[in-house]
Amino acid sequence: MSLILNEEQVFLKDSAKKFASEKTPTTHFREVRDSEIENCYDDKVWQEMVSLGWTGILVPEEFGGSNFGVAGISSILEELGRTLTPSPLFSTAVVGVSLIKHASDDIKKDILSKVVQEGLRLCFAIEESNHHDPLKISCEAKKDGNNFIISGEKSFVIDGGFADKVIIAARTSGKEGDKDGLSLFVVDAATKGLTITPTKMVDSRNAANMKFDNVKASSDMLIGKEDNAYEIIESVLDISRAAISAEMLGSALQAYEITLDYLKEREQFGEKIGSFQALQHRAAIMFSELELCKSCVIESITSFDEGGNDSERLASLSKAKVGEVFHLISNESVQMHGGIGVTDEYDIGLYLKRARVAEQIFGDSDFHKNRYAELTGY
Amino acid sequence: MENLDQFRTETKEWLEENCPPEMRKPMGPGDVVWGGRNCKFPHPDAKLWLERMGEKGWTCPTWPKEYGGGGLSFDENKILQEELMAIRARPALSSFGIWMLGPALLEFASEEQKKKYIPEIVKGEIRWCQGYSEPGSGSDLASLKTKAEDNGDHFVVNGQKVWTSYADDCDMIFTLVRTGPQEPKHDGISFLLIDMDQPGVTTKPIKLISGKSPFCETFFDNAVVPKENLVSELNKGWDVAKRLLQHERNMIAGMGLGGGGSAKKKKDQPISSGMATMAKTYVGEESGKLANPALRQKIASFDINSHAFSLTMKRASEESKSSNSGPSPASSMFKYYGSESNKLRYELMLEAMGTKALGWEGEGFGPAELAITREWLRTKANSIEGGTSEVQLNIIAKRVLDLPQ
Repeated sequence: MSLILNEEQVFLKDSAKKFASEKTPTTHFREVRDSEIENCYDDKVWQEMVSLGWTGILVPEEFGGSNFGVAGISSILEELGRTLTPSPLFSTAVVGVSLIKHASDDIKKDILSKVVQEGLRLCFAIEESNHHDPLKISCEAKKDGNNFIISGEKSFVIDGGFADKVIIAARTSGKEGDKDGLSLFVVDAATKGLTITPTKMVDSRNAANMKFDNVKASSDMLIGKEDNAYEIIESVLDISRAAISAEMLGSALQAYEITLDYLKEREQFGEKIGSFQALQHRAAIMFSELELCKSCVIESITSFDEGGNDSERLASLSKAKVGEVFHLISNESVQMHGGIGVTDEYDIGLYLKRARVAEQIFGDSDFHKNRYAELTGY
Repeated sequence: MENLDQFRTETKEWLEENCPPEMRKPMGPGDVVWGGRNCKFPHPDAKLWLERMGEKGWTCPTWPKEYGGGGLSFDENKILQEELMAIRARPALSSFGIWMLGPALLEFASEEQKKKYIPEIVKGEIRWCQGYSEPGSGSDLASLKTKAEDNGDHFVVNGQKVWTSYADDCDMIFTLVRTGPQEPKHDGISFLLIDMDQPGVTTKPIKLISGKSPFCETFFDNAVVPKENLVSELNKGWDVAKRLLQHERNMIAGMGLGGGGSAKKKKDQPISSGMATMAKTYVGEESGKLANPALRQKIASFDINSHAFSLTMKRASEESKSSNSGPSPASSMFKYYGSESNKLRYELMLEAMGTKALGWEGEGFGPAELAITREWLRTKANSIEGGTSEVQLNIIAKRVLDLPQ
């Protein structure tokens, strides 16, 4: 596994950095948040991302993508994370595309080309409880001739409120907790019987609750084999966990740098507060923790592209570590800002809100420590 | 690439021929070869192994050939280390000369000094110790009082050093002395190389809470030091000292690696965590999981941090590979994290082993258990020696983060 980005990845990272500073600084986030825009991102910005080819980074060339890999898209997400850029890039270009890659050629041809060219938006309906658990699925898909009839409820579907296509994980046999018996389907968001309730989260992004009431899906819309989706789900989740860790790292780095600047400029007791040892030591500890996070993220995001044999453990390692450190930094940043840290006018509170939502995406630190221990044989 | 492949082949052949079988067996605590005028070898093969490796310069593989080093590039050294590991070769030589003094001499010493001292370090002929701390100068090292007075062609040194590692077995001591009593404290310090084989230098071991005595007090009573033993300029010793401390910190940081078991996945080997495997034997398991869930969670956190830490050491070395910049202020980060991590490792072992880790000596405890008790006590010094954790955080805040003074 590489610990340094290659030229191509550095190029993507640099262009995302430029994009974020020119098009989507945190003032952009605030504009979207304070506007009446329901879907929580700016369509124009989304279309610019599409035209830059970002939705096609994980898409194979035969379907119009660039196939630049997980490290490529994650490097972009890291930079977008710095300015809290709102967009359905993660849910579509990472999670959605990685799932669709396991579908039939017909589906791939149809959906992937639209993702690349038009920015068709995808989302993944998997969660059913208040905590991430890919086995806790009771949503049912019953076979009915050439169709499946899906019934059940899903929650915390990232960017699910305004997606065009929904990929749902449902049970075709077995019971909650079983690895066997899970299947994946692609359905249209406008399908009859599917009720989507957008929820606005504390980080001003949308997730959705979904109710499937006898939703009909043709067996052509199955991703992978009936009853055997668990491995696909886990492998896609691992890619997604690594990529969201990169985004979280970007946000954590930015929150930290904002705070460091503040320590150098704010004066109290006639001195810069950054000269106080009580704050210096905490800043130094956060610096060290961030250096560790950088290593975890780069090892994890490059492991998929380089065919490493330890990707699942590295994804858990990365999500656990970065989650914990982003948590620490988001709290410490607010505290070190003092009173203005809890005002809406200052950006630092925005990072705190984003931290808690991102921590929950596809497993928090507790979930991943447990998984890391299991995968390590204890 | 072709050259590196060839280098690997040649290295393999050379090691096969020259590393004695006895030197491929696991090391016990008394098997470290420290070199020096009165070097004790655990086995005749250890002497042979040191002579062969020293002749080739491979005890200090990346040091320049002109001073007896191996002259290897970063990549060649990596190959050498891999091949040494592959045959489980013991280190031919361990010394503070290699880890700390040598790199500083290569940077600051005169040509004559390098020609004299570097080859001795490479071959393990002289054993060095460090004379930095004093009873009244610990974290505030620059307040040191041991003085060196100009007496024509030599200095006369008087004062006391403390925490001098293994001083009672050493030949020479690199020492910080005050030569400018009127100057601001950092600007009146010089770096002297002092031969300990003289009546003016005496040592006394210090017994630690672990029961061992790896450190001494060292007393200078009109010790005589020739002028040519001054490294760098008069009153410029602090620059040498700082640099040397960075090397020392990297060395101590390395203690945060390995030991209690790394959780790194190796090819064709089942994944395991040394710490968790050990804990299972003392705590038990329930359906494959460590029976104590709170301890299991702590071990998982520890394994995750260890992995992330060793990865970061590796990343830093890859990043500095091209710039060839040596240790930076960021070495304080490694010292801080590595020593805290090593302390935590032993606290977790104690927690897992319960009363079995609390034996002092005699019946009822295995030798490994007794060793862990002692080593647990030894680790408490990790975050004190070479600059406390708090000093490291100060350095990060000032030199890396550029926070106001």
